[in-house]
Amino acid sequence: MDKIDANLLHEIADMQNETFEGAYNIRKNGKGIERKVTDNINIVTKKDVSGIDIYVKENTKFEIVHIPVIITESGLNDVVYNDFYIGKNANVVIIAGCGIHNDHHKDSQHDGIHRFFLEEGSKVKYIEKHYGEGKGTGKRILNPVTEVHLKNGATLEMDSTQIKGVDSTVRETKGILEENTNFVVTEKIMTHGMQNAKTIFEVELNGKNSSTKVTSRSVATENSTQQFESKVVGNTESFGHVECDAIIKDNGKVVAIPEIIANDVNANLIHEAAIGKIAGEQLMKLMTLGLSEKEAEQAIIDGFLK
Amino acid sequence: MLEIKDICFTRDNKKILDHVNLNIDTDKFVVITGPNGSGKSTLVKIIMGITKPDTGKILLEGKDITNLSIDKRSKLGIAFAFQQPVKFKGITVYDLLKLSSEKEINKNEACNILSKVGLCAKEYVDREVNGSLSGGELKRIEIATVAVRNSKLTIFDEPEAGIDLWSFQSLIKIFEDMRKIVKGTTLIISHQERILNIADEIVLMKDGKIEAKGDKEKLLGQVLEKPICCKLGGSKDNG
Repeated sequence: MDKIDANLLHEIADMQNETFEGAYNIRKNGKGIERKVTDNINIVTKKDVSGIDIYVKENTKFEIVHIPVIITESGLNDVVYNDFYIGKNANVVIIAGCGIHNDHHKDSQHDGIHRFFLEEGSKVKYIEKHYGEGKGTGKRILNPVTEVHLKNGATLEMDSTQIKGVDSTVRETKGILEENTNFVVTEKIMTHGMQNAKTIFEVELNGKNSSTKVTSRSVATENSTQQFESKVVGNTESFGHVECDAIIKDNGKVVAIPEIIANDVNANLIHEAAIGKIAGEQLMKLMTLGLSEKEAEQAIIDGFLK
Repeated sequence: MLEIKDICFTRDNKKILDHVNLNIDTDKFVVITGPNGSGKSTLVKIIMGITKPDTGKILLEGKDITNLSIDKRSKLGIAFAFQQPVKFKGITVYDLLKLSSEKEINKNEACNILSKVGLCAKEYVDREVNGSLSGGELKRIEIATVAVRNSKLTIFDEPEAGIDLWSFQSLIKIFEDMRKIVKGTTLIISHQERILNIADEIVLMKDGKIEAKGDKEKLLGQVLEKPICCKLGGSKDNG
């Protein structure tokens, strides 16, 4: 593992001392390079397509799985299919993410398709970070797909972050929820330069007492553009709340397209969206605390994306 | 310590401030009062640099600060509590206190400051400074952000504005204890008798001018006779 690899892994998965706690699988330039399994968590290479299956035994408590992907080869188009099978009443943290280092002129791309199958009563905290770096003109492209299937009593909390260096991304997240389930998504995106980010959420509330809360906070600066599409369908007694907040700067553009569909009289669905520049009064308050205008702006953005 | 020299400010053909001259001495607790529209808020905003005067000068400890930016004035030792506290998304009370303080503060120190302004610290320190807080809570946090700065000059722009009577009843005690919380000179815009009562000096403004300035003993009677002062904060009888 060289310095570039270590830095990418640190950025996306907070790797310390070149290793991870718990089970892990590191993928570099389209191939698995390191793997560790535990008594409760097994990782198996798929035979039909590129990717892995992750099996978490029932009643596994408080274990961590890291499955980072790094790309340092310019011009590579890596597609990976990872499936997570979470046993009954298990409670685990899964840390994924992709970092691309591109110093050359060819585009580098990673499309990660992640499917989660949560059995009854299981809980997952899923953390996903996307990051790009390098001096080349080749684009850094990331298109993650996340599909979540929750069985009775299961919950999945997803934190998705893309703060730096990704030129183009289409992020699709889909949730299919049975009874007494909860799917919480928090997304943070910052774009700059000519970057382009598109987010598509689709959640089906199929079981009684299923609920979802989607919070998207984004900052579009310079000439970057973002689009946020969300669709929550309440097919029974259920609750859905989608909140999209965006700060625009310079020539940044943001489009928010909400869609909430109630197919049952007991479905309770809310969509909130707000787009605007940083409020002058916020800058002024922080300047009265001794911050310059630039520092104040940064503090507001850091807080917003925290 | 603060000299305001011949400040004029006109907007929409209305003279908001008309040749205002005022000297504030070190370590005094000064209350500016006067009817709505008399120019009080504009004057303190000009002192902080939020509003630029058309003419005139402001000197802080002899240094001309008229053309300095807000942040530079802050660094020279002026703190300002807004009439309408500003709300943020994602920034917690602790974050804001860290940004406010000149030196690094840990959570315990932040909690101490919150306790001084009457907030149960543990409940508030990690909360976001957003619309989920009530007007009274936001006011107290606003006071905490200026109190933590230990500035030479601390300005409060009508702290009683925008909160209900019951919240103010409990907030007023903080201003009575202000001398223990805020060091240096305090300049506060208020109509409340209980705040006027704790002043060293009172400045009475009317129609963009300083109508009177003097010791509380001299001016309190004159101010209270006018209908601008409000007893809602509690009179001597019930205080």
